[in-house]
Amino acid sequence: MDKTVALELKNVTKTFGRVVANKDVNLTLNRGEILAILGENGSGKTTLMNMIAGIYYPDEGAIFVDGEEAVIRSPKDAYDYKIGMVHQHFKLVDVFTAGENIALGLRDGKKFRMKEINARVTEIAEKYGFHVDVKKKIYEMSVSEKQTVEIVKVLYRGAEILILDEPTAVLTPQETDKLFAVLRRMRDDGKSILIITHKLHEVLALSDRVSVLRKGEYAGTVNTAETNESELTEMMVGKKIALNINRSTPQNVCDRLAVEHVNCVNREGVKVLDDVSFTARAGEILGVAGIAGSGQRELLEAIAGLQKLSGGAITYFDPQNGERVNLCDKTPTQIRDLGVRLSFVPEDRLGMGLVGNMDIVDNMMLRSYRKGKWGMLDRKNPKGLADDIIRKLEVVTPGVHTPVRRLSGGNVQKVLVGREIALTPTVLMAAYPVRGLDINSSYTIYNLLNKQKESGVAVIFVGEDLDVLLELCDRILVIGGGTVTGIVDGRTATKEEVGLLMTKFRRTEETQETAGEENHDS
Amino acid sequence: MSAIVGFLSSAIRLSTTFLFGSMGETITEKSGHLNLGTPGVMCVGAAGGCLGATLYVTAAGGAVNPFLAVLIPALFALFFAALMGALYSFLTVSLRANQNVTGLMITTFGVGLGKFVKGALGSDADVAIGQICKYFRTLFPFADKLGWFGQLFFSYGILVYLAIALAIVTSVVFRRTRIGLHLRAVGENPATADAAGISVTAYRYVATIIGSAVSGLGGLFYIFDYVGAWDSGLTATEALGWLAVALVIFTLWRPNLGILGSILFGALYILPNYLNVGFAQRDLIQCVPYLVTIVVLVITSMRKKRENQPPASMGLNYFREER
Repeated sequence: MDKTVALELKNVTKTFGRVVANKDVNLTLNRGEILAILGENGSGKTTLMNMIAGIYYPDEGAIFVDGEEAVIRSPKDAYDYKIGMVHQHFKLVDVFTAGENIALGLRDGKKFRMKEINARVTEIAEKYGFHVDVKKKIYEMSVSEKQTVEIVKVLYRGAEILILDEPTAVLTPQETDKLFAVLRRMRDDGKSILIITHKLHEVLALSDRVSVLRKGEYAGTVNTAETNESELTEMMVGKKIALNINRSTPQNVCDRLAVEHVNCVNREGVKVLDDVSFTARAGEILGVAGIAGSGQRELLEAIAGLQKLSGGAITYFDPQNGERVNLCDKTPTQIRDLGVRLSFVPEDRLGMGLVGNMDIVDNMMLRSYRKGKWGMLDRKNPKGLADDIIRKLEVVTPGVHTPVRRLSGGNVQKVLVGREIALTPTVLMAAYPVRGLDINSSYTIYNLLNKQKESGVAVIFVGEDLDVLLELCDRILVIGGGTVTGIVDGRTATKEEVGLLMTKFRRTEETQETAGEENHDS
Repeated sequence: MSAIVGFLSSAIRLSTTFLFGSMGETITEKSGHLNLGTPGVMCVGAAGGCLGATLYVTAAGGAVNPFLAVLIPALFALFFAALMGALYSFLTVSLRANQNVTGLMITTFGVGLGKFVKGALGSDADVAIGQICKYFRTLFPFADKLGWFGQLFFSYGILVYLAIALAIVTSVVFRRTRIGLHLRAVGENPATADAAGISVTAYRYVATIIGSAVSGLGGLFYIFDYVGAWDSGLTATEALGWLAVALVIFTLWRPNLGILGSILFGALYILPNYLNVGFAQRDLIQCVPYLVTIVVLVITSMRKKRENQPPASMGLNYFREER
């Protein structure tokens, strides 16, 4: 294998407003090698790759292709440098065939003949051991087939450097193995491959070298053969940073919500929750840690009555009389009518939480619209509540009648959290409540959650920043690939411990079996 | 026998209005633009044609050249209808206006503009149309000698054959050419088309302008060939325009199917003339095309065959920043 450098990044920096996505990142990619880019959520992996692919342009630093400085301002420029990227979200037209999608936007000066294009596609696919049915429509394809089309599309345009953004996130283990075989064949053919992932075992199985990003900064590169999981985890999560979030000792702890053996299958037929069991206790903050998309969203939605379960039980312990209430297969209204005071701060604030075009008062009424008399709405109390929230949480807004979408992210979140807390819940669930918020707003939210905990609420906090989770939560539930990989004590656990649990997948016989069954069904 | 042939040939004649109208709208919709302004565009096409005809006949005095008498009104119709398409694209693409509202506005505006032109031209237009409509109506002089065969296939004016030829060409362009592929991609998934280096703005502008121009010919045909007079032509043109929009759905966005669909619509529209019915029943029968369209819409929605669905991004404006 020759060791010529195909791609080099020197001191690349990219900022979005005040947020630094990438800072002084250096990277080298050799010809005929697979380089894995490893990092947590929000560590800037995708931003970095987008700069190579021409989606973004770096603020500082330079990119070199084959030793010469390259100016890549659009995906088309990237193709001119023989760089192609397969995005996490496929860019394919559903009603077109595979061949038509590959032909899209192609300007090779040749006459447009689908037959020739299809023949060439089949030829490329066979060379690397893919299987592509060129006449099959995209909407009839599985996710893995769509991904194959994207990869062939990139190869068809003559790419020598391939960037794959979390290609295995949507694949079954068998499909992943197949993809890896293809990637190895492409490497042996002299192509250079950059693969973004946060699954450690895949990094170790596939790559030649690993570059690690941590909070937008370059944390180093190691040879895969000379490293192991714990070293990579440490590089990825870094040393613990003290945040000084107040954490009181839990008082009067008792069980409030029990989730037992919960299974959930999403619309695509993929198992998103696999035998999840835990208990949320009153007077405690239960953190939920995990790579994005490991089933956190489905878990919260299942408790809130928004997700159909395919098995398991969710039980609520009434604080008044200690009665057990079954929450399974109930709608949110039914759950409330049972006297369960459940508050939910969803991840998608302006999608599920609030209505962007309505003002603060109207958004308060989303929770109280049934309270009016004679079919008329009660606007007085919601107005009072809105005023209250603005005053107490210091929401910066021109008035209660400003559409919520015009507020900044932090203020939107304060309105949402304020409304949910005003219901005096017994269970409060918050998904990524500080995402996109500045430090001050974040601490306001932490304090609010802490106050709820002290007043005896069972708080479930889904977070992404391990430092925050470790300082805020009493216990941390770690979820990986839809299964609970561990429950640790927030006071004693280390960052590495949680990081390892997050990337540990129980890809044992059990999951292999279920995947196999799915294949038989289809 | 001769009654059936007469009925069919009338249906085929009228179908040309629907075919131009729906073909233009199909081209527009394939780019992702739902132009509900088609009835207005057709009225503007008719009015443009009248303007061209009046100007030409006045200028030519007594010596009217048959070729120019057809060409000049046609070019005027194309030009003014295309302007309406350009206005629609400017409002929706460049100014980001809502497509549904813009389309309805174009209809109201187009019908009003047509009526204004009619009033402004006065009786000069009636004279001009009366003088040149015969050039629109016949193409093959030998048609009379071929009996029913001639009446069924060769008795029409040039626009009838042009519409059918154009429908076939449009179908081929949609399915077999790079431009067609790119156009469909823009209408289905503009973000993907954009990422592939296809200019969504250019495709939407051009498709809408061409589509409107083609629709405009439908209005021209109705006044100059089918009716051969102004009279109440504009009100009828608007009504036929809505049928053309319905026909797009009925033919599942396929211009080649549009040839047959438009003949069916034409037949249903003139059917009352051949039955001995009163005015009330007449209006009822003329509703049948809409009913048939609703049935087709329901059936295709239930069957969920993806190829038969409208272009996925139809009615939605595309801004790159909101990806």
